[in-house]
Amino acid sequence: MEYLLDGWGITLATFSPLVGVAIMLLIPREREDQHRMVALVTSLWVAFVGLLLLFWFDLDATGRLQYVVDEMWIDVIRSRYMVGIDGMSLPLILLTMLIVPLCIIYSWDHFPEPRNPKAFLILILILETGMIGTFVAQDMVLFFVFFEIVLLPMFFMIAVWGGPNRRYASLKFFLFTLFGSALMLVSFLALFFLTGAESFVFAEIADNVLSHGVSRTAQLWIFGGMFLGFGIKVPMFPFHTWLPDAHTEAPTVGSVILAAVLLKLGTYGFIRVAIPILPEAAVEWAPWIGLLAVVGIIYGALGCLAQTDMKRLIAFSSVAHMGFVMLAIATLTDFGINAAIMGMVAHGLITGMLFFLAGSIKERYHTLEISRLGGLLVQAPRMGWIFGICAMASLGLPGLAGFWGEFPAILSAYSPANGLPVETFRTFMVIAALGTVLAAGYLLWLLQRVAFGSPPDEFAENPDIVDVTRHEWLAWAPILAFIVAIGIYPNLVFRVTDGAVDASLNTCLKVNVVELSAAEIEALGCADVYDIGGGDEHAAVGG
Amino acid sequence: MTDLLVLAAGGAVDLPLGITEGGNWFLRNAWLIPLLPALSFVVILFFGKRMPRGGSELGIAVLGIAFVLALLTGAAWIGHRDNYHGDEIHRAVVVVDDGGHSGADAADHGSGGGHAEQSLAVVNTVTWFQAGGVEFSVGTLVDGPAVMMLIVVTLVSLLVHVYSTEYIQDDRRYTHFFAFLSLFSASMLMLVISENTLQLLTSWELVGVCSFVLIGHWWEEKPNSDAALKAFLTNRVGDMGLIVGVSILFFSVGSALPDRFGSFSIAETNALASAGMLPQTALLVAACCLMAAVMSKSGQFFLHTWLPDAMAGPTPVSALIHAATMVVAGVYMIARLYGVFFEGLSIGGSSINLMAVIGGITTLVGACLAFVQRDIKKVLAYSTISQLGYMVMALGVGAWTAAMFHLFTHAFFKACLFLGSGSAAHAVHGFDMKSDMGGLRKVMPHTYRTFVIASIALAGLPPFAGFWSKDEILVGTGGWGLFGGTGGNGAYTLMLVMGMVTAALTAAYMTRCVYLTFFGEFRGHGEPHESGRRITVPLWILAGLAVGAGLLNMPSGFQLAPGSMQERFGHVVEPVAGYFPVISHAGPSWSLAIASTLVVLTGFAVAGWYYFVRVEAASAAAGRSLTELPDGPTSRYALARMGHTFLVNKYYLDHLYTGIVAGGTKGPVAAAAYRFDQRVIDRGVDLVGETAVSAGRAVYDKVDQMVVDGVVNASGRVALDTGGKLRKIQSGRIQDYAAILFAAATVLAGILIVIV
Repeated sequence: MEYLLDGWGITLATFSPLVGVAIMLLIPREREDQHRMVALVTSLWVAFVGLLLLFWFDLDATGRLQYVVDEMWIDVIRSRYMVGIDGMSLPLILLTMLIVPLCIIYSWDHFPEPRNPKAFLILILILETGMIGTFVAQDMVLFFVFFEIVLLPMFFMIAVWGGPNRRYASLKFFLFTLFGSALMLVSFLALFFLTGAESFVFAEIADNVLSHGVSRTAQLWIFGGMFLGFGIKVPMFPFHTWLPDAHTEAPTVGSVILAAVLLKLGTYGFIRVAIPILPEAAVEWAPWIGLLAVVGIIYGALGCLAQTDMKRLIAFSSVAHMGFVMLAIATLTDFGINAAIMGMVAHGLITGMLFFLAGSIKERYHTLEISRLGGLLVQAPRMGWIFGICAMASLGLPGLAGFWGEFPAILSAYSPANGLPVETFRTFMVIAALGTVLAAGYLLWLLQRVAFGSPPDEFAENPDIVDVTRHEWLAWAPILAFIVAIGIYPNLVFRVTDGAVDASLNTCLKVNVVELSAAEIEALGCADVYDIGGGDEHAAVGG
Repeated sequence: MTDLLVLAAGGAVDLPLGITEGGNWFLRNAWLIPLLPALSFVVILFFGKRMPRGGSELGIAVLGIAFVLALLTGAAWIGHRDNYHGDEIHRAVVVVDDGGHSGADAADHGSGGGHAEQSLAVVNTVTWFQAGGVEFSVGTLVDGPAVMMLIVVTLVSLLVHVYSTEYIQDDRRYTHFFAFLSLFSASMLMLVISENTLQLLTSWELVGVCSFVLIGHWWEEKPNSDAALKAFLTNRVGDMGLIVGVSILFFSVGSALPDRFGSFSIAETNALASAGMLPQTALLVAACCLMAAVMSKSGQFFLHTWLPDAMAGPTPVSALIHAATMVVAGVYMIARLYGVFFEGLSIGGSSINLMAVIGGITTLVGACLAFVQRDIKKVLAYSTISQLGYMVMALGVGAWTAAMFHLFTHAFFKACLFLGSGSAAHAVHGFDMKSDMGGLRKVMPHTYRTFVIASIALAGLPPFAGFWSKDEILVGTGGWGLFGGTGGNGAYTLMLVMGMVTAALTAAYMTRCVYLTFFGEFRGHGEPHESGRRITVPLWILAGLAVGAGLLNMPSGFQLAPGSMQERFGHVVEPVAGYFPVISHAGPSWSLAIASTLVVLTGFAVAGWYYFVRVEAASAAAGRSLTELPDGPTSRYALARMGHTFLVNKYYLDHLYTGIVAGGTKGPVAAAAYRFDQRVIDRGVDLVGETAVSAGRAVYDKVDQMVVDGVVNASGRVALDTGGKLRKIQSGRIQDYAAILFAAATVLAGILIVIV
C-alpha cells in the first residue's frame, strides 16, 4: 500500500477527477442521475485517496516532500513532472478534497439555471484537478499549467451559470488573473534563464539563485512579476476589484470554490514559490506587501460596511481576511507563515460556508438585498444559528477556526523577520487589530439585519422559506465540524504545517542579524539578503 | 523541577516563579470545574428540549457539582497555602540588554528571599498547539484569587440558575437560555484559572459572546439586538488593546528568556516584570493597551456606555454577567497580571497613575448617573460601573487585596440587588420606578428586606460587607492626611477624596432607589404579589452573604474580632510568590473608618430627608404618590437643570459613539471608501481593458487595414485570415486575448533578461 501510494498516490489524486470527466463525457446529457453519481463517487474517491495519503504521511517529517514522483515531462524545455506533498500543501489539498464533494452534494437537486448538470459537474471536476495539481506541483512549468487550468472552468461557470451581469464579471475575472499569470510566467522564465538551472524544479532554482548570484535588481523585478501574478489571485488591494464582481455573479458553488480554494492559490504561491526562491527580494518587498495587506484589511472592511447586497458583502470580507493572511506572510517568519496557512484553511471553511448560506438564502428569499431580509431565526431557526456561528467564526471568535488565522497573524507582525523594519510592522499590527473591530461591525450588523428581528411582511407567509434541508445538512455539517474542531484544537493544522514552514524558509531569514557580526553573516552566505557589502565592518541592518 | 541555567553575556539569574506542579488533587484538576458546564452546554443545546424541565435541571445540577468542587478546591488551597513544601519551578533568565544593572536588580528581587513565607500556585499545563517551533500550552493556574473567583462564580451562577427557573418560566427560548448560562459559566471559570494570557484572551472573548447572546435574548425587538451589538462592538474596541498588549508581553518575555521565542505564561510574565527584567517602556505600553480592554470589559469611563444598555437582557443575566462576574473580568485581569501593571504604571511610591485616575473618575461618573435613572436596573447598572471604578482605583493605588475583597463582597450584594429588582419588576411587569413601582414593601416583604440589606451593604455601613471592603480601599490609597495611617504604596490623596465622595453619593442614590421602589404608594397597574421561593431563597442567601461576607477580612489589630479572623481573606487570597509583585499593605485606621461611616450617614440623611420627609409631605399634600418635589432644584435653578440634562444625556457620550464614530464609519467613511473603489480603482481596471480594446481596434484599423492589408492585399487569402483573427479581438474572444498576453509575456521575459 505504502509503495503504491509512494509511486502513484499523488498522481491518482490529481487525475482521478479527469477519469470521472471522461466517463461523464460518454454518458448522454439527459441521464442526470448518472452524472451526479459519477461526479460524487469520483470526488469521494479522491477524498479517500487523500485520506490514505494523510494516513501514511510522516507527520514527524512534515518539512520533507513526501510521495515524490520525479519524471521527465517535456524534455525539450526541461520541464519535469515533479510532484510531492509536504506540511504546507497537505492542509490545502485536504481542504480542496473536502470542499469539492460537498459542493457536488449541495448542488444535488438544485443546479443553477440553465441547469445542465453534466457540464456543470464536469467543470467542477476539472477544477479539482487544477487545484490539487497546483498544490502538489514542484516544477514551475507544471505549477503554471495547473494554475491556469483552474481559470477556464471557473470562467465558464460564471459566464454560463452566473447572475445577470455574468459576461462582464467572468471576462474581468479571466483577463485580470490572466494578466497576472502572464507576468508570473515572465518571472518563471527569467528565473530559469538567469540561474542557468537544469530544470524548472523549485528546489533546484532556489539553490541556483543563491549560488549563481542573480543580481539584486533582477531578483526584485522577478519577485515583482510573481507578486502581481499571485497578488491578483489573492486578491490584494488594489487588484481586488474582480473579486466582488465574480462572487456576486457566480453561482453558489462557484463562489464557494472560488473563496475556499481558488484564492489560496495566490497565497500558496507566495509561500511555496516566491519567498523560498527569492528570499532577498522578499525582504525588500515585504514592507510593501505588509502595507497593501493592512490597507486591504481596513479597506475591505469599509467596503463591507458600504454594501447592500449580502453576497457582495461576504466577497468584500474576503479582501479583508486575505489581508490578514498576507500580513502574516509579509513578516517572513515561520510563526507568521504558519498563521497564514491557518488563515487560509480557516477562511476557506468559513467564507465557503458563508457563501453556501448566501446561496441558500437567495434560493428561499429570491433576493440578497440586506434591507429586505430579516427574521431568519424565526423562519429558519437552524439556518439562522448556522449563520450566527459562521459570522462569529468569521469575525475571529476564539474557539472557532477564524481566530487562529487572525490572532497569530497580528501577533507575528509584532516581531517580523530580521532585516524588516520593526516599527513599521508594529504599526501594521495595530491597524490590523483595528480591522478586527470593523470585522465585528460589519458581520454583526449583517447578522442583526438578516437573522434577528421579525420576518418582513413580504416573506412572512412565504412557504418557500424552509429550514435547512437534508442535502444542505450533508454539505454543511463537515465544514461546521471542522470550524469548531480547528477552533478548539488548532494543532490539527499547526502540527502539520509547522515543520514544513520552517524548512521552506531560507536560513538567512532565520539568522539573527542583530547578534551576528558582518563576517559571520557573510560566512553563512546571507550577506546579500541583508544587503551587506562584502568587507563592510558594521552589520547593523534593520534591527 | 529546575530548568538549566544558561550563561550568556548578560549573566544568568535563577528566578523563582512561585509555582509548582504538585499539590492536592483538587488543585491539580481544577480544569474539571469549567469542563462540566461546557459539557452541559452541549447537552442542553442539543437535547435540552427533550428533558422534562427543558435542560434547566441539568444546568442546576452541573453548577451544583461545580460549586462543591470549587469549595473543595478552596479548602484544598487553604491547606496548600501554608503547608506545601514541594518542588518549586524556577526559570533561568539571561538578561539580554544592559545585563549588569538589571541582572543585579533581579537578583535582589529573586533570590534575595523577598518572600519569607511563600504561597506556591499550582500550575499544570498540556500542549495546545505548536507554531513557529514554539509550543503553546493550555492549563490551569490555581492560587488564591483563582480559587476565590471559582467559588464566587459557581455560587452566583448556581443561585441565578435557580432564580431563572421561575423568572423566565414560560419564556420562548427557555432551553436556549440555560444552555448559554452554562456556556457563560464555563467560559468565566476557564478565564479565572487561565494559565496564560492566550487562554485568558480566548475565554475573555467567549464570555463576551455569551454576553452578546444573552443581552440579545429577546432579539425580535430591535432595541435588544442593538444593545447586544453595542456591547459586543464596544468590547471589541477594548479587545484591540488586549490583543496588542498580550502580543507585546509575549515578545517581551520571549526576549528576556533564553532560547525562547515568546511566552504567554502569566507566571513568567509577572515574575519577570516584578523582578524588573522587562523593559519599562514595553511594560508601560502593554499596561496601557490592557487598560483599554479593562475599560471596555469592566465598564470604565469612557468605554462604559454599553453596560447600561446591556440591561436589555433578562434580569438574571444582568445579575450574573453584568454585575457579579463577567464585568469584573477586567478587574481580575489586572489582578492576575499585577506584576505588569504595578511595574508598568509605577504604582508604588507615586500619587497618581492612569489606572487610579480612570478608576476614580469612573466611580464618580457612575454614581452621578445613577441619580437620574428611572429604570431600576439602570440605577444598579450605573452603580455597578461606579463600584467597578472603585475596584480599578483600588488596584491603581496598590490596594490589591482590598480590590479583590471588594470584588468578592460586591458580587453578593450587587447580585442580590439585581435579583431583587428583577423580583419587583416581575411582580409589576415593568422596570420604571416612577411609573410602575412604589409602595412594594407591603406586598413584597422578602424582596423589600433583602433589597434594603443589600443597599446598606452597597453603601457601606458597618458591619455590612461593603463597609469592610470599601474601608480597606480607602485606607489603601495611602493618602490619609489627617487620618494618620501606615504603609501603603504611595500617597493617593485624590483617590481617597474621590472614594469618599462616591461613598456619600452611593448612600444617597440607593436611598432614592429604595424609596421610589418600595415606599410611597403603588403607581403601577395590577396587583403585585411576592415572588415564589425559587426567587426569594436565592435573595436571602445573597442577603446573608451581603451581611456576613465582610467578616472574612476584618483588619488586623481590630480588637473586637479574634486574631484568627483578622485578614483571613487577604492571607488566603493574596499571593506571596515570585509571580506577584512585592506590595506594601496599609495599616487600618480607626479615624478613617469613622469618617467614612459619617460620610455614608450624611448621604443617607440628605437623601432620606429629601424623599422620606419632603417628598412624603408633598405626596400627602397632593393626595397621590409623588416621585420628586414639584418645585425641586431642577425647576428652580438653571444651573441644576443644565446639570440634570447633561446627566440624562449620559454626558453625550452615546451621541459621540453611536452617532459620530459608529455612524460615521458605517455611513460616510465606508461609503467614501466604496465610491473610491468603484469610481477610481475599478474604473481604472475597466479603463485598461477599454484601452486595450481600442488599441486593438486602432491596430486593426490603421496598421492592419492600411499598412498590412495594403502590403498583403496581393496575396488575398492570407490577409483575410489575419484580418479575421484580429477582428476577433474586438468581439471579446478570450483565447485571442490569451494568445496575445502570452506572446507579450514572452517578449517581456526576453526584455527582462536582456536588461537586468
